[in-house]
Amino acid sequence: MDYVKAFIVGGLICVIGQILLDNTKLTPAHILVSFLTAGVVLGGLGLYTPIVEFGGAGATVPISGFGYALSQGAIEGAGTKGLLGAFTGGIEAAGGGIAAVILFGYVVALVFNPKTKD
Amino acid sequence: MEKLNKKEYEKYVEGKIPKPTYVKNIIMAFLVGGFICTLGQFILNYLLSLGLNESSAASFTSIALVFLGSLLTGLGIYDKIGKIGGAGASVPITGFANSIVSPAMEFKREGFIFGVASKMFTIAGPVLVYGIGGSVIVGLLTLLFKGR
Repeated sequence: MDYVKAFIVGGLICVIGQILLDNTKLTPAHILVSFLTAGVVLGGLGLYTPIVEFGGAGATVPISGFGYALSQGAIEGAGTKGLLGAFTGGIEAAGGGIAAVILFGYVVALVFNPKTKD
Repeated sequence: MEKLNKKEYEKYVEGKIPKPTYVKNIIMAFLVGGFICTLGQFILNYLLSLGLNESSAASFTSIALVFLGSLLTGLGIYDKIGKIGGAGASVPITGFANSIVSPAMEFKREGFIFGVASKMFTIAGPVLVYGIGGSVIVGLLTLLFKGR
């Protein structure tokens, strides 16, 4: 059942992105940044938590889930460590993903060359 | 060929433009996005079954998907998935990895500092600015409204 929910929730979040792509002048880069920001804002307001509780990875794997993790980390940090936590909490929570993206991204870019467009 | 006036020409062009395949795009985005999230759920469940706590398992899932997204981009496979899945491929975190690796590979000839390392952040830069900046604002607002 987890898997079905993840599929549906994740699929629907991507469909929202696709509708925006096809009907506006937004590029995939705009979509990434706006979905991430939406995740931070919805997370901050506590509105993304129910989506995560229902959809699991369907809500956390899309980039909005990354924004959600950042905002939840900041809220938690602010609760436990006060002002310092408000600054460090977000990066702490999302640090694994950020570090991975930097290392793997760099290494892969060194090892591989772009494929010719076909 | 007889001369067409402007209106006729516009009509002619309109007939030639391929109709955007909205419905098909939406279905493919749903399927590809759904599949990637299901894969994420599978990794997450596996890590939880190993006894990891929820936040560690979630972090490792992101790391694993970022690794997959980067590698598939390097191999030229992710671009093909992107052509089929559209937003279904670009919205998940694997698409975020793709948005980092693609420009980094593309600009390798400009060197390792201003080529690879700098162009990596063409899209990741804004993502981190709004993500991290936003999270600090959320943290500060939490302090403000909930007290210490």
